[in-house]
Amino acid sequence: MAMGTWIRSKPALLERAYQVSCATIKWMQPLLLKMGYERANRWILPLERFSKRLLFDCQMCGQCTLHETGMVCPMTCPKHLRNGACGGVRSNGNCEVIPDMRCVWVVAYERAQEMRVFGPEMITIKPPANHLLEDSSAWINKISGVDQSHPKGWAELPPNPVIEKRFLDTES
Amino acid sequence: MTESYKTIGHLERILSEGKFVITAELTPPDSANPQEVYDEAAMLANSVDAFNATDGSGAHCHMSSISICSLLTRQGYPMVMQISCRDRNRIAIQGDVLGAAAMGVSNILCISGDDVTAGDQPEAKRVFDFDSIQLLRTIRLMRDKEMFLSGRKLTEPLKMFLGAASNPFMPPYDWRALRLAKKIEAGANFIQSQYCYDVPMLRTFMRQCGDLGLHDLVYYLVGVGPIRSVKTAEYMRTKVPGVHIPDEIVDRLRKTPQIRQREEGKRICVEIIEQVKEIEGVDGLHIMAYKQQELIPEIVEEAGLLPRPARDQGDVSSPDFQDENIH
Repeated sequence: MAMGTWIRSKPALLERAYQVSCATIKWMQPLLLKMGYERANRWILPLERFSKRLLFDCQMCGQCTLHETGMVCPMTCPKHLRNGACGGVRSNGNCEVIPDMRCVWVVAYERAQEMRVFGPEMITIKPPANHLLEDSSAWINKISGVDQSHPKGWAELPPNPVIEKRFLDTES
Repeated sequence: MTESYKTIGHLERILSEGKFVITAELTPPDSANPQEVYDEAAMLANSVDAFNATDGSGAHCHMSSISICSLLTRQGYPMVMQISCRDRNRIAIQGDVLGAAAMGVSNILCISGDDVTAGDQPEAKRVFDFDSIQLLRTIRLMRDKEMFLSGRKLTEPLKMFLGAASNPFMPPYDWRALRLAKKIEAGANFIQSQYCYDVPMLRTFMRQCGDLGLHDLVYYLVGVGPIRSVKTAEYMRTKVPGVHIPDEIVDRLRKTPQIRQREEGKRICVEIIEQVKEIEGVDGLHIMAYKQQELIPEIVEEAGLLPRPARDQGDVSSPDFQDENIH
């Protein structure tokens, strides 16, 4: 896991890697479409599981938010919070549940500070996890757009315009 | 502040009138005896504006928040029903929201909840299908768009004043004000904070909130509470998740003879209230006095916060008093 630890401490690098892989996936889209997403999922899943488990201790939720959460997997938070940190963090910055572990969200916030492109994304509200996507490939789900298919009601509620503006003001 | 009343409940009404508001947490009974609930509420009736019914706080089992609300709304008390995400999934929670509103609950506090490992049944399964922000936004959706998360329509509009928690006293400190903003965007109308024993820290946080322009967008009630003894202080800061008690306060209690520690704890609480109410952006207090409820009337009186604003018993349309008016 030494490699995972090293690379996790390089959020700016990971951010670049994310951009590159997004472009690659987009480039591969026609091929994947020809293969069929389900078949592609079977091929890609082992590779994705191996690499993301190694790098991020990925929990395979199938709807990756890594780039919006400081390149830290929010599903490694024992409470699975996708909009942390909770109020239970210890004063030394460790987790309420696992006293020897740094709070996932303390780490996420620190790393987001070093990420120029996606760092500010931490402010956006992440929808509830879709548990139907567990153990499927987040890469394929991103291409097919399945990871953006939030509950119908969720999309019906417009963002609070007052706050939205203020966020942009403070973040820019 | 808010463009129109989300509810016509007492809490929202007096907050919007600019009154300095006091809410308090009830200690839920470990029995099926409703009299315990009635007695406690009656004792606090003239000192407190609204009552929080906790939802398995500290991951310990007590009488549930929804049933305490059911008992007390029928007695005409303004209730804040706490919903924690730890024990129920999205299907159960949305049903409970409708049930609570049907009983006359006008206020819901949305929290993630202490983890199961904080309680006496750590082997329990944790749910956390929602986090507090997703929960807030879902109830706002039910209220403002009259639909469930699935998009299925409610047949009648729902009124609800939405609350959220805030803990400025734990890391990541610089993120805390931004996270509060996130909660406001999700739908929070009022905030009840974690225990404040560090006033300078609260001041810094409130200044950050002010810089983000949040004071005008949410009512902020600061959590306060008396510490029973130095032993309790040590327990709270090591065992209760998210509680920060500075060394000065613990030392002050330690220097006090044991027999007077309870009195000293109360005095510290009153002193904190006096400082907190002068801070810009603070709209009231949330008193948490676990198993020391009898101190709340004294604290409120000694802090010079009596009398409390009258509850309008004649308001027939007020959901807080609906039942009383029917009988």
